[in-house]
Amino acid sequence: MTSWDRFTDAFFNARVMEKYLPDILAGMVLTIELAAAVIASGLLAGLVLALLRALGIRPLNWLIVFVVDLFRSLPPLVVIVLIYFGLPSAGFSPSAFVSTWMSLALVLMAFAEEIFWAGIVSTPKGQWEAARSTGLGFGQTLLHVILPQALRLTIAPLTNRTIAITKGTALGTVVALHEILGMASSAMSNSYNPSPLMMGAAAYLVLFLPVVVAARWVETRFSWKR
Amino acid sequence: MRLMPPIVSAKAIHKHFGPLHVLKGVDLDVAERELVFVIGPSGSGKSTLLRCLNRLEAPSSGSIVVDGIDMLSSKTDINHARQRIGMVFQSFNLYPHMTALGNVTLALRKVVGKSRAEAEVLGRAALERVGLADRAGHRPAELSGGQQQRVAIARAIALEPRVMLFDEPTSALDPELVGSVLAVMRGLRESGMTMIVVSHEMGFARAAADRVVFMDDGLIVEQGPPAQIFESPTHGRTRAFIGQIQRH
Repeated sequence: MTSWDRFTDAFFNARVMEKYLPDILAGMVLTIELAAAVIASGLLAGLVLALLRALGIRPLNWLIVFVVDLFRSLPPLVVIVLIYFGLPSAGFSPSAFVSTWMSLALVLMAFAEEIFWAGIVSTPKGQWEAARSTGLGFGQTLLHVILPQALRLTIAPLTNRTIAITKGTALGTVVALHEILGMASSAMSNSYNPSPLMMGAAAYLVLFLPVVVAARWVETRFSWKR
Repeated sequence: MRLMPPIVSAKAIHKHFGPLHVLKGVDLDVAERELVFVIGPSGSGKSTLLRCLNRLEAPSSGSIVVDGIDMLSSKTDINHARQRIGMVFQSFNLYPHMTALGNVTLALRKVVGKSRAEAEVLGRAALERVGLADRAGHRPAELSGGQQQRVAIARAIALEPRVMLFDEPTSALDPELVGSVLAVMRGLRESGMTMIVVSHEMGFARAAADRVVFMDDGLIVEQGPPAQIFESPTHGRTRAFIGQIQRH
């Protein structure tokens, strides 16, 4: 056996790959579901918090800033472990899926809030004044004038952060979530062969590369001359 | 002399920004169809006064009545009141993500409640009045500064305001573009619009203004017909200011 054969036998073992392909595919489906749930709820919650913050109610803003800073400081892994192992003692036992989803959504919410907020405050004050001077209300101005401009400013940082946090679905392995990495590492233990890990890596590429490319397209599509 | 009550009546307006006392008791009445020019050194409070009239700034004390509406009463629907007071800004403040027509029709649709089709008819008419009917589909970034400011004027007049406020409308423009904006303002003037203009376009003031108001240090120092203010001001501060700007 040459060293090349030994390498392919270890990392690209066709027999092992074939055997564990269904597991990896199942992991992919779970990862997609989890990622979709995290992105939808995290971005929505972040946007809602940013809009609430725009109302300018002091105590509410302190609370928002506290929550946001908390979840921006905590490593997502710590949040997952706290929710999965900590919440049951408070009488609520979320599943591995729910724990991972809640954790990543909270972290994405925190970062998204900051990004949306930055977009809202960096929209020139004159835009508010022009809109309000024509009789538009606060909410109408926010919705029709400020947000469309803020969202365009936020697309690049937001897609980056969303991708980074969504890849954190792999952290679900610590609470035995059967997503891609979980499936791949248990397959590796069972087969005494690291080929499933390579399949896992390929699965992440298949999932996230199109997202990265799509994000790039969206960024160019929505940039406009000022 | 005036038979009609003033359409804009500001009394004893004070405005503090923290420790700064920017307006120190300003009274200003403006009659219907009158064009009042407000001049004065920077920091004299003229822009702040203008912005108090439609409550973009809330005065610290005083009273403001525009077209019979008490602008400072908490019972006043301020969004409704602001429809009657058009405002044009130094930096245009067009919505960059919308076309010229989109800029002009937004408030017609969302505030007045017109359908999109109705709003577009009115919006095109307003653009026509500022000579930009052919630019309806252009974004602000595709227009010159003078065109942008004329779209901003169209955005305000589309709502058929009773009063128009101009806050240094030509200060951000290249000199060769100033004329087109002043021409639109002259047209508005001829149509009988009541206008309050903060500007240093002295030629326009002489030709079109009914009254020139000179402000300094948060107070109206002197006011009168343009010829009187420019040729024979009675106050030393007015004289010094007029002398300074005419040297340029």
